[in-house]
Amino acid sequence: MSEHIVTAYDRDLEALDRKISEMGGIAEKMLSDAMDALSTFDLALAQQVVSTDHRLDVLQREIEEGAILTIARRQPLAVDLRECIGAIRISGDLERVGDLAKNIARRTTKLVDEARTLRAIIGLKSMHDLAALQLKEVLDAYAQRDVERARAVWQNDADLDSLEDSVFRDLLTFMMEDPRNISFCTHLLFCSKNLERIGDHTTNIAETIVYLVTGEPMPTERPKTRTFGQPSEKS
Amino acid sequence: MNVASIVNAELPVKLSVRDLDFFYGVHHALKNVSLPLHTNKVTAFIGPSGCGKSTLLRVLNRMYDLYPRQRAEGEVLLDGENILDPRVDVNLLRSRVGMVFQKPTPFPMTIYENIAFGIRLYERLSKADLDVRVEQALRGAALWNEVKDKLQSSGLGLSGGQQQRLCIARSVAVQPDVILFDEPCSALDPISTAKIEELMDELATQYTIAIVTHNMQQAVRVSDFTAFMYLGELVEFAETDAVFTTPKQKKTQDYITGRFG
Repeated sequence: MSEHIVTAYDRDLEALDRKISEMGGIAEKMLSDAMDALSTFDLALAQQVVSTDHRLDVLQREIEEGAILTIARRQPLAVDLRECIGAIRISGDLERVGDLAKNIARRTTKLVDEARTLRAIIGLKSMHDLAALQLKEVLDAYAQRDVERARAVWQNDADLDSLEDSVFRDLLTFMMEDPRNISFCTHLLFCSKNLERIGDHTTNIAETIVYLVTGEPMPTERPKTRTFGQPSEKS
Repeated sequence: MNVASIVNAELPVKLSVRDLDFFYGVHHALKNVSLPLHTNKVTAFIGPSGCGKSTLLRVLNRMYDLYPRQRAEGEVLLDGENILDPRVDVNLLRSRVGMVFQKPTPFPMTIYENIAFGIRLYERLSKADLDVRVEQALRGAALWNEVKDKLQSSGLGLSGGQQQRLCIARSVAVQPDVILFDEPCSALDPISTAKIEELMDELATQYTIAIVTHNMQQAVRVSDFTAFMYLGELVEFAETDAVFTTPKQKKTQDYITGRFG
């Protein structure tokens, strides 16, 4: 993309881009640290994740303000307008990813006293690995403005949904085996929900990337797989 | 680009430009331009200086006839009839296709006479009927309330924005089909500009409008269709919302986002 005649306009847009990347990096680290804290019951690390969230909130506000000022100042059109709107949307999704990672970290502090079988955490680790990969892929897709990569993230969310189903069944089994597992497994259920929601936010970001580059919206129905003990339905 | 590929089949066409070439002497200023002006819609012509947008506008009511070394080839169909045909009565044409210029050009006459002058050229009306038509025209240009008590004062005594609306009233008075605007707000302050944009919404319900403008945001606000021109060629023509949010041509995008040059 060639440069604007007014160079300050380029700087405005670059600043938005840079801050999104910064938010992305922080969110990735928060997710990874939250999972580590959970699997090793590391309270200090969990606390660190919780306090990092503040930086994400600050960045999101800065990005929104920057986008709004750019809209007021430059009256952007076409791709520039979509960049501003995209920055507002993506920063919102990344801020939520941070909140969800923070929630996982918070659960660790509750779990520590209930520590049970680590078998239960294995499924969660797989979910985390997939969610983390989706997040990394979508952030790379944004940096490259790569529509195909974004579409792949959008498609792959179905795998995360399937994993959540199987984690749900596993945790249910543990709870039925031994009632003393119930509290622990319930906390883990919330964590699995948080990871699945992180996946949903990466698909939101993917949709925004496609819109940003092409001006076209994604189809409204993403491939989903949900069972929860019922015959599988595509919603 | 041929007209057939860009005409919206569901909308009637008031004026159709087909394979138009225009020359200032040997300079080829418009190259094979084809586009529709849909009835009761506002079509904006945008593009950098020298792209041919004002030239195109001036073909639509044969203003170029006034100048010896300018000529047009091709067809411009108004309700199916080619107005470039030498047998066409250009004075009558210019009452059907009116024009408002960048710099307001009221006649050095009273406000009343500014309006009545044009009507009298084509119609014989009683004083009472003429009064009614003058009032209608001034109302049609959202000027009546400001001037109704001073119709006998000079048109030149009005403010810039009012003078421009007087010129619009003058066009409207002779009951045109099409009104052409050549950067009508460039010389006006923001409030007058806003009043004229508001007026354009109203006018489009009765007339077909074409507007040349340098102001991109104005084009987005007032027009239904936009034609982007560059070096005498029509580069892109589509519904305004599409042109300004998802333009198909890189040149269009570069121009509207300020990446030109």
